[in-house]
Amino acid sequence: MTFEALTTWLAEPGLSHYLILSALLFSLGLFAVLTRRNAILVLMGIELILNSANINFIAFSRYTTGTLDGQLIAIFVIILAAAEAVVALAIVLNIYQTFQTVNVDEISQLKD
Amino acid sequence: MELTVILFYVFALLTLASGVVVVFSKNVVHSAFALLFTFFGVAGLYVFLMADFLAITQLLIYVGGILVLLLFGVMLTTKVFDIQVRTGTLHILPATVVVALIATILVVLFWGTEWKMSGAPLDVTSTAPALGEKLLTTYVLPFEIASVVLVVAMIGAAMIARRDRKDRTSARSEGGSR
Repeated sequence: MTFEALTTWLAEPGLSHYLILSALLFSLGLFAVLTRRNAILVLMGIELILNSANINFIAFSRYTTGTLDGQLIAIFVIILAAAEAVVALAIVLNIYQTFQTVNVDEISQLKD
Repeated sequence: MELTVILFYVFALLTLASGVVVVFSKNVVHSAFALLFTFFGVAGLYVFLMADFLAITQLLIYVGGILVLLLFGVMLTTKVFDIQVRTGTLHILPATVVVALIATILVVLFWGTEWKMSGAPLDVTSTAPALGEKLLTTYVLPFEIASVVLVVAMIGAAMIARRDRKDRTSARSEGGSR
């Protein structure tokens, strides 16, 4: 790709811009899930992944289909993300009460 | 360069930069507050994608709900006064390799694919009425199921997170004997 083609690509944000942005956001979230020890940070990584998926849905809804179906799926993703965060945090709080730690590598037993 | 293009890159940069802070910050509280800016940037991108209702929903639910919940989680699970709020990392090297590989594959795929574009993009001024109509006609079953899921998650979380009755009475008797 020549330099001029790159500058024209950069000057007109389109579908691929949003897709690449969401791919980078997904990679960041995956990295957080894989490497962080704190369970809360793992949850934050999951939220990043869900947000990147939502960007994809809405970008496709805007550029390729021209209907609102992608946005509706994004609404359901947000609903499920809220439910997931609530249940996961309740589990993390329970783990903290049992083990006095939330580091995922130290929690290797089902009970105290 | 047009103003909208500049604004798009501002929001994209805000999202990615604060996302990097979320992932690489040593302090959990810093990560939580950087997540605020990530959600805000994503909401701005939704506005560019003609999803005004979803942008507001993103701000209300993610910033107003999930982020506050995560901050509560941070506060309740770290001993702020005696142990530092910092956390370590695990197996950095294999994770870096895997994530770099996946990111490269995704970016190359997204860059190179010729997506089938529709000739006419969304021509609505406000998406909220159309979304509401679809939620109560085509998508009424997922809508109802989602409400049931929310109730189940709420009750389940309350049941999981509260202490057992036995624990509480024993803790109270310990406190009384002291």
